[in-house]
Amino acid sequence: MIKAILIFNNHGKPRLSKFYQPYVNTQQQIIRETFHLVSKRDENVCNFLEGGLLIGGSDNKLIYRHYATLYFVFCVDSSESELGILDLIQVFVETLDKCFENVCELDLIFHVDKVHNILAEMVMGGMVLETNMNEIVTQIDAQNKLEKSEAGLAGAPARAVSAVKNMNLPEIPRNINIGDISIKVPNLPSFK
Amino acid sequence: MALKMVKGSIDRMFDKNLQDLVRGIRNHKEDEAKYISQCIDEIKQELKQDNIAVKANAVCKLTYLQMLGYDISWAAFNIIEVMSASKFTFKRIGYLAASQSFHEGTDVIMLTTNQIRKDLSSPSQYDTGVALTGLSCFVTPDLARDLANDIMTLMSHTKPYIRKKAVLIMYKVFLKYPESLRPAFPRLKEKLEDPDPGVQSAAVNVICELARRNPKNYLSLAPLFFKLMTSSTNNWVLIKIIKLFGALTPLEPRLGKKLIEPLTNLIHSTSAMSLLYECVNTVIAVLISLSSGMPNHSASIQLCVQKLRILIEDSDQNLKYLGLLAMSKILKTHPKSVQSHKDLILQCLDDKDESIRLRALDLLYGMVSKKNLMEIVKKLMTHVDKAEGTTYRDELLTKIIDICSQSNYQYITNFEWYISILVELTRLEGTRHGHLIAAQMLDVAIRVKAIRKFAVSQMSALLDSAHLLASSTQRNGICEVLYAAAWICGEFSEHLQEPHHTLEAMLRPRVTTLPGHIQAVYVQNVVKLYASILQQKEQAGEAEGAQAVTQLMVDRLPQFVQSADLEVQERASCILQLVKHIQKLQAKDVPVAEEVSALFAGELNPVAPKAQKKVPVPEGLDLDAWINEPLSDSESEDERPRAVFHEEEQRRPKHRPSEADEEELARRREARKQEQANNPFYIKSSPSPQKRYQDTPGVEHIPVVQIDLSVPLKVPGLPMSDQYVKLEEERRHRQKLEKDKRRKKRKEKEKKGKRRHSSLPTESDEDIAPAQQVDIVTEEMPENALPSDEDDKDPNDPYRALDIDLDKPLADSEKLPIQKHRNTETSKSPEKDVPMVEKKSKKPKKKEKKHKEKERDKEKKKEKEKKAEDLDFWLSTTPPPAPAPAPAPVPSTDECEDAKTEAQGEEDDAEGQDQDKKSPKPKKKKHRKEKEERTKGKKKSKKQPPGSEEAAGEPVQNGAPEEEQLPPESSYSLLAENSYVKMTCDIRGSLQEDSQVTVAIVLENRSSSILKGMELSVLDSLNARMARPQGSSVHDGVPVPFQLPPGVSNEAQYVFTIQSIVMAQKLKGTLSFIAKNDEGATHEKLDFRLHFSCSSYLITTPCYSDAFAKLLESGDLSMSSIKVDGIRMSFQNLLAKICFHHHFSVVERVDSCASMYSRSIQGHHVCLLVKKGENSVSVDGKCSDSTLLSNLLEEMKATLAKC
Repeated sequence: MIKAILIFNNHGKPRLSKFYQPYVNTQQQIIRETFHLVSKRDENVCNFLEGGLLIGGSDNKLIYRHYATLYFVFCVDSSESELGILDLIQVFVETLDKCFENVCELDLIFHVDKVHNILAEMVMGGMVLETNMNEIVTQIDAQNKLEKSEAGLAGAPARAVSAVKNMNLPEIPRNINIGDISIKVPNLPSFK
Repeated sequence: MALKMVKGSIDRMFDKNLQDLVRGIRNHKEDEAKYISQCIDEIKQELKQDNIAVKANAVCKLTYLQMLGYDISWAAFNIIEVMSASKFTFKRIGYLAASQSFHEGTDVIMLTTNQIRKDLSSPSQYDTGVALTGLSCFVTPDLARDLANDIMTLMSHTKPYIRKKAVLIMYKVFLKYPESLRPAFPRLKEKLEDPDPGVQSAAVNVICELARRNPKNYLSLAPLFFKLMTSSTNNWVLIKIIKLFGALTPLEPRLGKKLIEPLTNLIHSTSAMSLLYECVNTVIAVLISLSSGMPNHSASIQLCVQKLRILIEDSDQNLKYLGLLAMSKILKTHPKSVQSHKDLILQCLDDKDESIRLRALDLLYGMVSKKNLMEIVKKLMTHVDKAEGTTYRDELLTKIIDICSQSNYQYITNFEWYISILVELTRLEGTRHGHLIAAQMLDVAIRVKAIRKFAVSQMSALLDSAHLLASSTQRNGICEVLYAAAWICGEFSEHLQEPHHTLEAMLRPRVTTLPGHIQAVYVQNVVKLYASILQQKEQAGEAEGAQAVTQLMVDRLPQFVQSADLEVQERASCILQLVKHIQKLQAKDVPVAEEVSALFAGELNPVAPKAQKKVPVPEGLDLDAWINEPLSDSESEDERPRAVFHEEEQRRPKHRPSEADEEELARRREARKQEQANNPFYIKSSPSPQKRYQDTPGVEHIPVVQIDLSVPLKVPGLPMSDQYVKLEEERRHRQKLEKDKRRKKRKEKEKKGKRRHSSLPTESDEDIAPAQQVDIVTEEMPENALPSDEDDKDPNDPYRALDIDLDKPLADSEKLPIQKHRNTETSKSPEKDVPMVEKKSKKPKKKEKKHKEKERDKEKKKEKEKKAEDLDFWLSTTPPPAPAPAPAPVPSTDECEDAKTEAQGEEDDAEGQDQDKKSPKPKKKKHRKEKEERTKGKKKSKKQPPGSEEAAGEPVQNGAPEEEQLPPESSYSLLAENSYVKMTCDIRGSLQEDSQVTVAIVLENRSSSILKGMELSVLDSLNARMARPQGSSVHDGVPVPFQLPPGVSNEAQYVFTIQSIVMAQKLKGTLSFIAKNDEGATHEKLDFRLHFSCSSYLITTPCYSDAFAKLLESGDLSMSSIKVDGIRMSFQNLLAKICFHHHFSVVERVDSCASMYSRSIQGHHVCLLVKKGENSVSVDGKCSDSTLLSNLLEEMKATLAKC
């Protein structure tokens, strides 16, 4: 089981948090603790970490990857394969990259809802639903299409306004790219 | 109107959307909180509007704020509103918000049930999908119960997208509503073979997750998973399956044997590291479960270790980490193969990555030996010095202690060295594990008697430097060591070099800054110390010195009396009074030392941690019962408790010994001893008499510590452990030389005797003799306590509820609740009671249905049997390994009785196995199956909750079994007995074969001789024949497949074929056996008569009331009735009796009238109507065979007459 999926940036600002177990009042603490644990690790050490106290038990592990400005952290129990989860993170990021076309931190900041939707197609209730990237992208596209058709004419003015609002968006630098997505652990399997 | 709508929509354009909110927050970095509270106000306004789009937008923003840690529970109702929007866009926002913020405590969650149900059945797959996703995050027991059925239907949805989500969410449903597991499981299993790989993977996921918690219930799926493993190409699925096998193999060693080969192949062939790693992991699990008996076993271990070494040597830190992780699993069972990689592991200790260092530390635990312990610990100590983070350093500390103390200090050869290591560890700054060190010091000092002198000298040094420890405040950790130091110095004060000095050290004012519990120990031990000083002084005749010490005590103790800690205060004031009294006596020149030291006479022995729990509660003692009803009356209250605690008070050591004179004291001690001897609750002291250590030879063997002046003295009095390493090496060297000498001598002798003896002069672990005579005092346990008593599992484990037997056929009562309109009649027809699996099938006509139902029952049973057989068959296809272990698992899985037989001597065991092999195998298997069936049946009846008393007046449907209410009754009846053996038997209709019954005979050996060569010969009649192994004639006896040592009983099963079952019949038989004891063997015989009653041909079969009615209406049943008078038993028990002895089930029960049903092995229906009058019972029966019925009723009459 995956207990939680967290994305935060190099400063510990949460970009996405998804808990699959009820952590009612400790969510923020968990994010902080996890950031604290993960951020002090060097680049060139292993991606597994034990000792997240808040998330519970010695059975749990933090498995994370660091892409440019963002940390992707999965908290899992012993039923998950460590290397498998590392791959899953890779699939997740690659899927984000496909859906957002060259994903960067800003995409995650402004469209956290979309990230949630993509994640929902991959992991459900703490269990891995789909590992095939193409399948995930197909479903997301279909849902986006459905959304567009629902908005129809009524949505047009809203879209126009948001386009106007977004005109000043380029001021914010778009160069905080997640980048280097193709970091791969040698010999890891590609999921079909 | 139209204008208003347009205006609304334009207004809406300028509402903030999520992006605006995010941007706003980024632009208000300085006053973020203020900005957000402003936004929340806006959101509250938006939520008040009717426009669902506005609401959805607001909820979307709330979801973002939730992530930042803002409470949005107040908007729960609005979230539900958005969830129920018709548009997917909004619905998705609603469900997302719900999944992020709802939890079991959210009260409005119950309002969602119908909305979710609607969405689940929506024509749009994405509506359904989003509902499933959302539900997976916030499902509650209520939701699970109400929606389980809908979700189960979705598992067979046409779209794989829905199917896989539905399958996956079932796990959550099971967790919240365990009752759904059994009804849903068949379909879940089907999904393992779904054409869509995604669905398949989801099913594998769910089952793996279930099996991980309760693996034994999923063993029967092993063949299916095995097939999947060999056919699947999806690595994710493969990994899951292989992990699952890792959990299953410990339960079924044969599975492991079957797995080794494909797994080894995978290891060789796969390029995926993740898969390779999991394979290695599972192979390790298999090897652990086999542990022995595999010929090419070491090859597999070697392969694993070799692959792991490659991983560890890899430059990728992840692989290194995992390699070490898996290595630690091998270590537990095959330490030798890991030990050869010690170099590699020690190297990993220097890794810059903490995760890796921690893993390597774990491995060290198993790598130490007597030889290398000192070396390894030395290395760890240097790490302790270097470690910067306290977490890692604390981890090192615990590991050092773990490594050294493992299996009762097995690897420690020099305890002085160990004590000095512990003392060195106390110099650690800011550790949290002071108590650990303290516990070790205490443990070693108490258990290793020879080391006490040394320990005391070290501890007194520690106490002396207490200011060092205490001065560094805020470190509540390390000062714990003083607790141990004080206690050791006090308890073993006779070893102190300068007791007076230590006493003063313990009475320093600084001590009062220590935590209360440590001060308390100080106070208590100061007195011990004082007592021993007093004795010394008095013996030396220094009355003045003794008085000076007393004065010191009187002066210093008041500082403790003022302590804020109650414990300290109480002890101090008590002791202060005592000392003052002594002072008075001393002034009168009365010798007091003897009496004061009597206070602390006797030795404290270590007590096993569980000892207290294991003290058996004596018969008749109910700790929960009132000893005396609480009364307001003070008089009686005064008296009674005193009587209860009377004994205890006497046992308590007297604290006023000064008043009691010598004689009185001795008398009391004697009385106490007497009482202790008679008191079963008193944990008696070990036979080792007090203070024996003084004359144990061990003390002389302690090497005198030579202070090596080349080593700079660090802290005066504190030793350096390195010294001991050197000393130890020298000692070992000397030992070795001596040994060599001895060996040479021996060799010469041997040569003289011309005898060859190949003893290689290698120094093994065992050769190193410990420096001290280690007298490890074992822990005390109450006499009757079993050390192996298992500890209770955590009753709060949520997964325990899912420990459900899945192979049992579904009972009719087990079905998922279906939403019904309230005004529908309470249905009695099985149509609605049919589990949902069948619901979809077209409604068959009633008659057919009844028939079908029966068939289904049959099929299910058969299927189940097939399953059990399948697994056995599938597993048994492995090439039979070495002959010896092969038959062993067969009886061991059988029943505990078999286990008992196994427990006998090895010799018998071997013979028994021979017998096993001789006995025809297929038959054996059948027996076993039936046994399993029976035990399952028993389990089942146990699991069902006893019918509540209220239900008695209402119709009871479908054989709600009431057997539970009966006092436990055995279906076994006495067959025959003599002085050697007692035979009891039970006859049961065979479920799978018409016209066959199984006779289970329990043979109990009552003599003191071993019964062997037992044979059963039965004279067949025309109607009944015994099934014999092929090739044997009618007159041959059938061997009993086991032997019986004295006092043991075991069960053998035989199958009989019956032609006509309408009559009861008896068969004559003889059991012949050889009784063997010390005096010789005799041939004995025992005749018996097997009575096949008509009831024994009946099989308990449930029946529905309408099917029952149909049966009665059909008119092709003949009728008969009986009446029995003088029955006083309750109707409930009466029915239970009939159910139990005659294999009926209750169809329906109203008040004191019940209809019952059963079926014979040849398919006769038997219906009964049982009515209870005032003192009588009448039974009307209908049956397809009149003879059978009349015979049955006769038997029943006999049973009822006994009531």
